[in-house]
Amino acid sequence: MAEFEKANSVGEWFDQRLNVKGFWRVMMTEYWIPKNINFLWAMGALLAMLFTLLLVTGIFLLMYYKPDVNMAFDSVNYTIMQEVAYGWIFRNIHGVGASVVFLVIYIHMFTGIYYGSYKKGREMIWLSGMLLFVLFSAEGFSGYMLPWGQMSYWAAYVITEIFGGIPFIGDELVIWIRGNFYVADATLTRFFMLHVLLIPLAILGAIVFHFYTLRFPHVNNEEGEFFDYKEESEKYLAGDKKESKVIAFWPDFLSKDFMVISIFMIFFFYLVFYHNSFAMDPVNFDKADGLKTPAHIYPEWYFLWSYEVLRGFFFDMFGISGKSLGLIAFGFAQAIFFVLPWLDRSPMVKPASQRPVFKYWFWLMMADLFVLTIFGKLPPTGVNAWVGFYSSITFIVLFLALPFLTKIEAKMAGGK
Amino acid sequence: MFSLVVGLVVAVVLLVVNIVFSKLSFIPKEFRILTIITIMVGYVYWGFEPYAHHEMHPHVAEAEYKFDGSNDVAALEELGADATETKAFWTRAVSIGSLKGDATAGADLVAANCTACHSMESEGYPKLMEDADAVAAYGVTPPDLSIAGRIYDANYLAAFILNPVKAMHIEHKYPVTGSKVFPMPGSDWMSDQEIADMVAYLQSAAKKVPAPEVEEGASDFEIAKANNKQVFEAACVRCHSMSYAGIDAHTSAEAIATYIGATPPDLSQYIRSRGAEYLHNFINDPQRKLAGTGMPRVGLTHDAEKQVVEYMEQIGDSKKQEREALGPIVLIYLTILAVFALLWKKQIWKKLH
Amino acid sequence: MINESRRGFMGKAFGAVAAVGAVGSLVAMKKTWDPLPSVMAAGFTTVDMSALEENKLQVVKWQGKPIFLIKFAADMQAVDKRSVKVGEHYYSVMIGLCTHLGCIPAYSSANKQFKCACHGGEFDAAGVNTFGPPPRPLDIPPFAIKDENTIVLGESGPEYEALIASLATDNNIA
Repeated sequence: MAEFEKANSVGEWFDQRLNVKGFWRVMMTEYWIPKNINFLWAMGALLAMLFTLLLVTGIFLLMYYKPDVNMAFDSVNYTIMQEVAYGWIFRNIHGVGASVVFLVIYIHMFTGIYYGSYKKGREMIWLSGMLLFVLFSAEGFSGYMLPWGQMSYWAAYVITEIFGGIPFIGDELVIWIRGNFYVADATLTRFFMLHVLLIPLAILGAIVFHFYTLRFPHVNNEEGEFFDYKEESEKYLAGDKKESKVIAFWPDFLSKDFMVISIFMIFFFYLVFYHNSFAMDPVNFDKADGLKTPAHIYPEWYFLWSYEVLRGFFFDMFGISGKSLGLIAFGFAQAIFFVLPWLDRSPMVKPASQRPVFKYWFWLMMADLFVLTIFGKLPPTGVNAWVGFYSSITFIVLFLALPFLTKIEAKMAGGK
Repeated sequence: MFSLVVGLVVAVVLLVVNIVFSKLSFIPKEFRILTIITIMVGYVYWGFEPYAHHEMHPHVAEAEYKFDGSNDVAALEELGADATETKAFWTRAVSIGSLKGDATAGADLVAANCTACHSMESEGYPKLMEDADAVAAYGVTPPDLSIAGRIYDANYLAAFILNPVKAMHIEHKYPVTGSKVFPMPGSDWMSDQEIADMVAYLQSAAKKVPAPEVEEGASDFEIAKANNKQVFEAACVRCHSMSYAGIDAHTSAEAIATYIGATPPDLSQYIRSRGAEYLHNFINDPQRKLAGTGMPRVGLTHDAEKQVVEYMEQIGDSKKQEREALGPIVLIYLTILAVFALLWKKQIWKKLH
Repeated sequence: MINESRRGFMGKAFGAVAAVGAVGSLVAMKKTWDPLPSVMAAGFTTVDMSALEENKLQVVKWQGKPIFLIKFAADMQAVDKRSVKVGEHYYSVMIGLCTHLGCIPAYSSANKQFKCACHGGEFDAAGVNTFGPPPRPLDIPPFAIKDENTIVLGESGPEYEALIASLATDNNIA
């Protein structure tokens, strides 16, 4: 048994048993972050805040929500929205939060792509982040089903139907996923389980892991510079904070995070109170009706680019059916971001503006994703269908070309 | 196509703006980054919200409350169909609407022609059958006429008495050449003055109907809700239920399907799924918004229609007042919080730069 | 150092403002747990007293609790400050939960008394505790007499108010 002396204060008592002071140093006051960063570096903390809002509001919604096809809609739109004190605010925060969290995820993700924060030792940060993206996507999809409106039902129907495209096992797989031949009570309750328990647990674990992966490679900075953290942190601790290239997580980095979060919250709550139909689509205020498809079905905005790739192939090519082509392209689109660190053959860790070839690739990709997003919402008829086709092709071509483009860039940089 | 071109032009303009803006080094870098991101997000948002919804829901003609048949005639002429009969019909309805009616004479006419099927509780004409029996007999429960004179337009009432199917704009459900007979017969054999008298009677009787009772000390909101409910019940509840208000339709949904060809939806959340503007356009003339639909045009005046839509909002979005009261408080608080966060950050970072 | 203390102050000020928001959120969260308006509104039960037989226990439900109703026979003594007069008859109107630990006592018409099976407590027909661990008579629920045949449980009528007031003065004296 370790020798414990009498503690002189409550703080010292905890410190003897839990090494609180040491923990605080390692996690906070001596966790070094580069100084040359901008507000985009606060997106991670903002995501943590939004996830906390979603979790807490979710807890209160869970008190009154009924996961049954006959009761779900009214439990949300009558009980929670109109009977429970402040129920409407929890629901609005939850719905708007689920949509806005993807805005911040995309900003966070494309910041990482822009600054090259996915390579040269930072691959695990990127992979754990992409895992979080997939988990949040599953969480969003399962959550959208729960109010059991028309969009809930038909989105669930269309997306579970996709799996029927898988050869040999497709049809049975669809029935297995749904727990019934069609989207029914069994489907609702199992997606309720996923949304409320399994995926949140996975997200929590993935967040912890994501934070861990940041520590050894260190957070990136605006110039992609690699510097000596030992040297810079010693400068800081000696009192020369102005000259040091690093700052401490607490209070330096977090004080800026809190400022960015507070400002963002004004925008966020403006949406919660006054402008939430982009997140809570009117079509979903009709009760689910398996015998009536709405005139326009579309997923939430953050899935639109994916959705457009899926339906971008509307005719047969090379002897493969358009439906299968779409499915393959859709699968490609989900997976390809994961392998980005290995597609980028250039050793340059620099912001895209300073990379001679990559900058064009980046902005072309952004433009293509904007087109895919907007056209994913429009009815896929006439000219729209062709725009969808060509922008889906562009997406695939851009990624296939990336290794070649970055190899060219590597030669231009002389292997620097 | 035009909006696509506009969208493309705007995109190119914004791209140029972004590139130029990013080079203006006198503006702090973080503001430049924030502006560029705001422009990009704003553009994409415009694309998948206002623009997309505009594409999905093309603009239709505005609601009009003259009830002179001009829209009906215009719709027929657009299809290249013969509109002479419709024109003549509405001309007659409008001229009846402008006649001065004698309410006393009208009272006798209504008693003789209408109260065999229609109740008029305020004037002492009770329901002669239970709802279920009325449905079996007529296909739908005939509405009570107590406030009909107030909530329905005079031209419309005249048109309705002349020919209910034409007034309601449901000729596609009850075609003249078909075998289906509408439960209420038209009275176009009556003279114009007689019809004007009946309308005048309905209007004067409606004036005598008292405001619905409310609890003592009820708020303005509650009083408005009770008044609105009175209109809603008179105009809508023979077909539509509103479960969030505890209101069941007088006619069963299956019976309505037989009567008019579709089951009428529960209206509890229609204020949220359709919105006030759509509802006004739809109620004013369902065919204009959703051609071929079974819902009849009911002839509500603009005021009565506003009451119906307001009731739908009071039931379907009952927390609106609370939300609009709390919003400013939360936003002001968050602004104060952001100011304090900014001040703290500046203090910390003064030592770092 | 002035800078240090100002930074410390700003940090604490920010923390304080954030705490205000946190408290507001906690208040809203507490209210979300409140019973719903529909639950509070449903706390009324209307009883038709004319159907009751003399000296026969009738049980109705009010707010999830059993309510004992006994119509007094001619030979049963009404107890001042406990028995309720509706129309021509006296009644016991009491919450049917033993005041000891909450079991539901059984009524014997022959003995005109309640006996609680859990720990042997006994109450007379008027609900007064006569034997065993129960510390006080059976509680009386709020009631309002609507007419000679009807009472509403859950609503506090003037007779109930008077009853409560007189019991309170008794307790003060005792």
